[in-house]
Amino acid sequence: MKNFRTFLTLALCGVAAFLLACGGSSHPSNVIATSGPNVAAITVNGGPVGNYVDAAFTSVTVCVPGTSTCQTINDILVDTGSPGLRIVSSVLNIALPQQKTTGGNPIVECLPFVASYTWGPVETADVEIASEKASAVPIQVLSDTDFTVPTACSSPYPPNSSADTVTALGANGILGVGLLAQDCGTGPECVTTGSAGLYYQCPSQACATTGTLTGEALAQQVTNPVALFATDNNGVIVELPRVSAVQATVSGSLVFGIGTQSNNGLGGATVIPAPAGSLTAIFNGQSYPASFIDSGSNGYFFLDTNLPSLPLCSGAEQGFYCPNSTQSFSATNQGSSETINFSIADAATLLSPNESVYADLGGQSGGPPPGYFDWGLPFFYGRNVFVAIEGTSAPGGQTPYWAY
Amino acid sequence: MSKCKAGSLKSRFFGIIGATAILATAFPAWASLGGDAASIQADQVKMQGTRRMTTAQSYTVHEIQAANGTVVREFAGSDGKVFAVAWHGPWMPDLHQVLGTYFDQYARAAQSQSGTRMGRRPLMIQQPGLVVQNGGHLRAFSGRAYVPEMLPSDVRAEDIQ
Repeated sequence: MKNFRTFLTLALCGVAAFLLACGGSSHPSNVIATSGPNVAAITVNGGPVGNYVDAAFTSVTVCVPGTSTCQTINDILVDTGSPGLRIVSSVLNIALPQQKTTGGNPIVECLPFVASYTWGPVETADVEIASEKASAVPIQVLSDTDFTVPTACSSPYPPNSSADTVTALGANGILGVGLLAQDCGTGPECVTTGSAGLYYQCPSQACATTGTLTGEALAQQVTNPVALFATDNNGVIVELPRVSAVQATVSGSLVFGIGTQSNNGLGGATVIPAPAGSLTAIFNGQSYPASFIDSGSNGYFFLDTNLPSLPLCSGAEQGFYCPNSTQSFSATNQGSSETINFSIADAATLLSPNESVYADLGGQSGGPPPGYFDWGLPFFYGRNVFVAIEGTSAPGGQTPYWAY
Repeated sequence: MSKCKAGSLKSRFFGIIGATAILATAFPAWASLGGDAASIQADQVKMQGTRRMTTAQSYTVHEIQAANGTVVREFAGSDGKVFAVAWHGPWMPDLHQVLGTYFDQYARAAQSQSGTRMGRRPLMIQQPGLVVQNGGHLRAFSGRAYVPEMLPSDVRAEDIQ
């Protein structure tokens, strides 16, 4: 009897220890697909320049359409916040065909980000990632010199704000695998008048003087290559493991397709519909309706007007938060019952030259208060994040959506 | 803040005159933040936009809806000077144009932030003479800029959006 009681005690302790080890966090550990024709390896590191923080990179192969003339390019930023493949001209060694108007003028694109823009010709490539293939994908080749930059493209930004070199971009390119299928869309400002400001036709290299805005048909616009894959083309899953507060690097997977293979099912993930490309975060009783999930943002970006405990950094870390001690917060996204617990540490002491993975990096969101929650790459650590592309069919509901 | 129907008609009238004048001079000087009513008209023409005006106690909001869907609001005090601008929409407005003479200060401050570590994030400028909060992402940009010492006494920062 005594022996049995001892056994029972040990057994219960064992079970308790197991539960503590596996259940100590607010959400279960994520399972990461390690191999398969629809799985590309991704790595969070400093990128080709070595100075990026909280950004995931992968490899992409581009080919002259219909040929075996191909090139594999590493250090491409994985961005769920934009659509389309963009490659810095200087790393591209093969000549891809230039997209032209029916009149024969080259099409060149100006893509706006908040603090920078990309500029360069629209070219066509067959794109291969893992074993997935897409034919004749319009991509952007980033270059300030193939065609000179029109003032209207550069003028919203400080001088020299183009992100068209490896140094300026911090990457060899961007793989945009977001909710959108094309970067401009179906509006008349995109396909008819061109007043969106994205697409130019450039009769000569001197596009700054000869270029004019042009309408660009949807199929000609720079397109999320995943949407053009022959299979597994309804979205992606970004899978990164849980990390400690600061790490040099971490590896994970970019999985193509949702519910199309044995390794990309929704499982227990909750779908958050994003018909307008946004979700509503709820934080301290306040709604943030223009929020989004973006692997291309390198921190948690949000504003809490009630919390003076989150001072902004000065100097080179401006825009990030620099609290005296690490602060813990929690928020939810409408449609999901999961409480998202996250912490913000002092960016000035956090950032070190040898490390690129920061679980507790954050900063102030832009725009008029309360602004929005930008769930950047730290949100992805320990979660499988599903991004279903607009206009496709995927399990779990209407696309576009996020799920996690 | 209350809508001002008479003002709306008036602004449309001025908008037409402004457009004519600007076409005649071919290339207007850009000015908005810190500029006067003429600079608002210049912005409207540049953005091929329509304009709507609302008035509050001590200031007037000129809302320009650009042809590409982006909305820019310019806040002018009783002296007619623009003390704040706010924007939201699918595409970024030309900040060179809407920040006017303050653009250089914005640009210098933004460049001083390009630290040694790479990343994509919002652009926040908080200086004694200029506040800019610029953020969002492709097809959903939003931001605002204001000159703190120009704010009328009954305007709170949260009114500017």
